[in-house]
Amino acid sequence: MTEKVKVRIDGEVIAATPGQTILEVARANGKYIPALCYMEGLSAVGACRLCMVEVSGNARLLPACTTPVQEGLAVTTISPQLHSYRKIALELLFAERNHTCAVCVSSGHCELQALAQDHGITYIRYPYNFPKLAVDTTHPRYVLDHNRCILCSRCVRTCAEIEGAHVWDIAGRGIGSRLVSELQRPWGEATSCTSCGKCVQACPTGAMAEKGWGAEEMTKQRTVVSRLSTMREGA
Amino acid sequence: MDKVKIGTCWLDGCSGCHMSLLDIDEGIVAVLKKADIVFGPLVDAQEWPEGVDVALIEGAVSSQDDLKLALAARSRSKVVVALGDCAVTGNVPSMRNGIPVRKLLERVYVEGATERPGTDRPGVPTDGVPALLKQAEPLHSAIKVDIHVPGCPPKPDAILFVVGELLEGREPDLGSKLRFG
Repeated sequence: MTEKVKVRIDGEVIAATPGQTILEVARANGKYIPALCYMEGLSAVGACRLCMVEVSGNARLLPACTTPVQEGLAVTTISPQLHSYRKIALELLFAERNHTCAVCVSSGHCELQALAQDHGITYIRYPYNFPKLAVDTTHPRYVLDHNRCILCSRCVRTCAEIEGAHVWDIAGRGIGSRLVSELQRPWGEATSCTSCGKCVQACPTGAMAEKGWGAEEMTKQRTVVSRLSTMREGA
Repeated sequence: MDKVKIGTCWLDGCSGCHMSLLDIDEGIVAVLKKADIVFGPLVDAQEWPEGVDVALIEGAVSSQDDLKLALAARSRSKVVVALGDCAVTGNVPSMRNGIPVRKLLERVYVEGATERPGTDRPGVPTDGVPALLKQAEPLHSAIKVDIHVPGCPPKPDAILFVVGELLEGREPDLGSKLRFG
């Protein structure tokens, strides 16, 4: 059996397996750290910055999803400072694109919206960017609305790591970054797409959805990706 | 004790938030025991009056008239409430923001118009309609907003809670009571 390491999360001493990340250990022990880009069963990328935690001896905040535990690590997962930074991160996600919850298929079932509510957000303090963004409806069954994409890359990793098709990627840099299928080909013309729809289920917002749903109508099977990953580990 | 003065208005919105306000049903009786509605689509006043205590403003700031009314409401009211998603985020009216105003009006009033024999060639109306601003913005981008009540529309219970708290002189703590967006 692997030697365990002892870490302290919000004061509680927890035995963890080396190689586990702070987020994995916290969640396995019933401690909640918010995250949007993390999904159990996928590699972690630290993109959304919501799981930032305070780690003793570190002046900088560290993303819990990519920071491995080590002996003696002391982590604070919630503090007024963390709360305020997470709020900022969420508000900037809303300000960056046109989420328009009222007409979104995922409203009421959206992870971004739920986190905004958890953090007591009632308005966005930053000026909205109002970019002009495309909606790709070329796929016969699914739709990609860039207005609602937060670039978490869960779809990218689901397609590459679980389905093995690697249709999706993020192109461009900074605020110009866009989710692309194949090499900027419309989704409907992407020959490597198997139309499995796991990217749609993995998407935390209404950026990817099944066609045919009205506002607030689409619920996603959040556990499908994690379940497949677990089953393959056992194979 | 003098009654509290409430003013309401809708800018670029669909009036749904006002419908939700009416949906507080008999709650309105309790509100009107303590307050008068002195301005809004439901009353006759033409100008936003001085000395309003609570302004409930629905809709995004989208035209010159919206801006003028928002500024008047702000300068003559103690507490300004952004009522509903359009006032809070810009919501549906802001979906036009990626399109330049001239192109937008051309598309709607010229390209989108059906020509009927015997009528004038369709054109962009200018008489009696306020000029559109470059973008439809949330209320707080134009004036200082004290309380934001998101929702499309906000639930009647939420509106009644906010108004009730304000009538008692308390700042309503919406916190996690409301869904954002």
